[in-house]
Formats: sequence, C-alpha cells, structure tokens
Amino acid sequence: MIKTIQKSTWIYIAVAFMLVLLPFFKDERWFLFLMIQVFTFGIFAMSYDLLLGYTGIVSFGHAMFFGLGAYSIGITLNFLESTFMNLFLGILLALVLGGIVAFFAGILTLRLKSHYYAMLTLALASLFLVLAEKWRSVTRGSDGFTFRIPELPGPLQDHRNLVVYMFCLVSMVLIFFGLRRLTESPLGKILVAIRENEGRVESLGFRIMPYKVIISVVSGVVASFAGVLYAISIRFVGTNVFGIDVTLDALLMTIIGGVGTLVGPIIGAGIIEFAHHYLSDLSDVHWIFERWIILFGIVYILAVIFFPAGIVGTLWHKLAKRKHKKQEMKQKTSDKLAS
Amino acid sequence: MTNTLLKLEQINTHIEQFHILHNVEFEVSPGEVTVLLGRNGAGKTTTLRTIMGLNNASNGTVTFKGEDITKLPPYHIAKKGIGYVPEDQGIFYGLTVGENMRVGMRKEDDATKERMEWVLELFPDLKKFWKKPGGQLSGGQKQMLSIARSYVNENDLLLIDEPSKGLAPVIVEKVIESIEKMKEKTTVVLVEQNFYMASRLGDRFYILDDGMTVHHGDMSALREDEELKRKYLGIA
Repeated sequence: MIKTIQKSTWIYIAVAFMLVLLPFFKDERWFLFLMIQVFTFGIFAMSYDLLLGYTGIVSFGHAMFFGLGAYSIGITLNFLESTFMNLFLGILLALVLGGIVAFFAGILTLRLKSHYYAMLTLALASLFLVLAEKWRSVTRGSDGFTFRIPELPGPLQDHRNLVVYMFCLVSMVLIFFGLRRLTESPLGKILVAIRENEGRVESLGFRIMPYKVIISVVSGVVASFAGVLYAISIRFVGTNVFGIDVTLDALLMTIIGGVGTLVGPIIGAGIIEFAHHYLSDLSDVHWIFERWIILFGIVYILAVIFFPAGIVGTLWHKLAKRKHKKQEMKQKTSDKLAS
Repeated sequence: MTNTLLKLEQINTHIEQFHILHNVEFEVSPGEVTVLLGRNGAGKTTTLRTIMGLNNASNGTVTFKGEDITKLPPYHIAKKGIGYVPEDQGIFYGLTVGENMRVGMRKEDDATKERMEWVLELFPDLKKFWKKPGGQLSGGQKQMLSIARSYVNENDLLLIDEPSKGLAPVIVEKVIESIEKMKEKTTVVLVEQNFYMASRLGDRFYILDDGMTVHHGDMSALREDEELKRKYLGIA
C-alpha cells in the first residue's frame, strides 16, 4: 500500500528546493557562509531538540559533542593528508566518538534528575574544554589551528563555497527527515511519554533508561556531525567549540523556534544567525549592538513569557485549535441532522 | 489462604520523613473486586503506589502470584501483570488517543489486538476521538482512556485509583458499567471515596485509617453496617 505523503512534507520539500536555488540568485560569499552557519546550527539545534523537546532532558553540556565533531575532523585532516578518504575517515571518527561519549555520558548521568543532570553535563563539557586547552601538541590549545580540506575535482574547486553550501543543506534536509521519522515512530511516542511522566511510563512496563540512552546517543552523533560541518565550513578549530555559549545558542534556537517541533530549531537557527550578523553590523550606530547577546537575552525572556511554545509551536497550537473547532462544528451539525 | 493473587504483609511506607503506611495488610483473591476505603489521607493511594513500586516499602512484603515483588522496579512489576490507573489518570497530553493506547501496549500479538478491540467496543468514544490529543479530552474521556489503556496488556490485576473523582454522575455511571464488564475478565483493586460506586462494584473491602488497615470483610456486610460506615467513612 502506498503511504500518503503528509501535506507538511511537500511544504518542507518545496522549501528545500528553494534553498537549493537560492545561491543561484544570491551568490555573495558572506551570504553563502551565513546560510552554511544556519544549516550547521540548524542540525545542532535539532539534535538538542531531541533531548529537550522530545524527552524533556535539559543539557548544559551539549557543546561537548559539537566540539568532538569539530576536533575529530580538524585533527584528522591536520595530521593526515587532506584527501577525500581521510575526510570520510574524520567524519566517521567524529560520529563514532560522538556516539561513544554520548553512550557513556548517558549511562553515567541520565539516572540523575533534571538540574543535577544539567550540571553534570556542564561539568563533562568543561572537562573536554580543559582537555582541548591543555593537550597543546594535538589541539594547539586556545590558539586553535587551521586545516586544509581536500581539493575538489575540476571546475568545482572554483565553487567550493557553493559545494559546501549544498553539502550542508542536503545533510540538514536528510537529518531532518530522518529525525522526523524517528520522532513519529513508536520509539518517538515513548520519548514524548517519558517527557510528560517518567513514573507513568515505568508503570506501563517500560524501563526508561535504555530509551534515554538511545536518544542521547542519536542526539550526540547528530551534534557531532554538526561540529564536523562547522569545522569544514571555517577550516579552523578552536576551543570555543566546547564553550557554554555554543550550548546556549542551541537552547535559544530551540526555544525561539519551538521546542519539540524539529523544524522550529532550524527556523530558530536562521533567526539567530541572521540577527547576529545584522546586529553586529549595527555596532557603528550604537555600542550596544556589539553586545548583541544582551539583546538576545531580552528576546529570550520575552519568548519564554509570551511564546513558551516558540514560533512553530505557537503556530501549530493555533492551527490545531482551529481544526478542533471545525471538527466540533461538523460533529454538532451531523448530530443535529441525525436527531 | 492458598488462592491469593496479591498479598500485603506488614507493609510500612515512608515518603521523605513521613511515615504513611503502618503495617498495612490485605489479600486479594482472583476474580474479585477488592475495594480500599477510607477518608482522605488514610493512605489508600500510597498503598497502590507501594504495590506498583512507585513508592518503596520500608519494610514488609508484597507478594503477587506467590512471588515477592516488594523491591522490584515499577516496569518489572507491570510486566508481571499488574496494570495501574492512577488518580490523575496519567494520560499523555502530547499524544493522541490512539498513541496513548499504543504506548500502553507492551506486545502487539493477536491477544493484545483482541483486547484492544474489546476495550474499544466498551468505550466507543475512544474510537471516535482516536486522533484527538489526550490533553483535549474531557475528564470522563480521560478516565476511560486511562482504564482502557491498562486493559490492553495481559494483566491479571488492575489497580484503579478513584475513577469517579471529579466526574459528573452520568459519567460515573458509565465508568461503573465499564468496570463491571472488566471485572468479568480480570481482578481489580479499587480505591474509591464514592461509596455508591464502591458498594456496587466491590466484593470485599478493606478500610484504611491513618495508614493502618482497621477493618475488612464482605461488601454485603458493610452495606448493612451503618456504625462502621459512619465511624470510618463519614457516611451518615
């Protein structure tokens, strides 16, 4: 039986198609770079949404996976020859390391309740930050290092930014559909149930720990891949990838876009990256724009107070309410006709 | 008594520094509806939660089908065949009715599908609102969903906590009818403040007062015992 494709899927495909065409209309370097950042952080924020939005896990150390991904690809291409084989090896290393660290971090920390878990993840991420700073022979400490990415064949080399753009876009789209499938599967429904009431899920006969560890690993692997894309796009790795502000960015993107929606974090990434760019440009007008993060703090507070479900979440609630009202009206009419 | 499905012996439960249950004892025989009665704060909900492993017993033993389940985690106890319908219904608001039912299914075999069909015939509203989010259901529908969900698995015992709480009398009647049909197929421990519901459904009763079992017997005897009802249940 052919499954009917959801209406939303067509919308997402149409948007993806427009994003494919976008660089052919606006091909300035800075714009492509900005869009690459949006896709990269969109993937990272989606991985955070898996934890926060679908399972109710608040992590303050999600940057450790992002950093692991960035350092894995950076170190591989720095120490080995810059070939496609080694690029692939670096990506594989990043995914495996991200998965292993997420697995052990999950087993160690997921037994803890909310804020204890958040604190312990922050401590773990700090540990990686210290490691990156102190292991200078490999990471070059806080100076960081640049690395080369393999040369593209023929004329593609002249359009390297466009290729990276397409690679990041395709990755984001594939990851989005993959994660959407996961969250709509029975496993995804159990995760939502865990978010709402862990005790209830346990008394239905489910051991919650394996589910939390599974989603932690998936999230860690996806975040690590986002780190890989970030490092490839700037061809530089520094200790900032392990910083708390990377995690806070993901948190902000997820909350502004819409927790538990997957597409929301991508929109949140877009808003934050573009706002970052344009607000920084306004620093000539007033010094406050240099400290754009202050403005974001205010936006964050307002979003939590007035749009706790985020942009997409609020939109979905409104649409669901309208649909519900329509159904009720339809039901009432049919009841009247029947009587 | 050899024909015992569930047995609580000398159960003591603490919640933080508070000693809630004091040597609670009771037995449940297969095929019966055993009602736990008592005023608010008597320890009825804590007793169910202790059986389910959601509150740990400080000492004493809970035996189910002859096996000590006192120290087992809730998921293990549920797999042994105990279904639990909590006081707050425990509906997942972010999931639809259908998803709530499916999350409740531990297996997807023919027997489970058969039970699912039976329970949907018992609660036709659930079929009607299959795609509606749990959070948008009325109080009665939530209660029906919660009871239905506990039945889809092969459970030998259902623990149902105050199913009439906050419901309109018409809905209470519907819930009573559904539990009456369910008791033909499974054993039930019912916590209920509504004496009308308790006396209609119950075969045996236990009265809890201040965390202790103070009285038990056949429900038919309690119906006639005005003094006992006045003393422990506040029924004039």
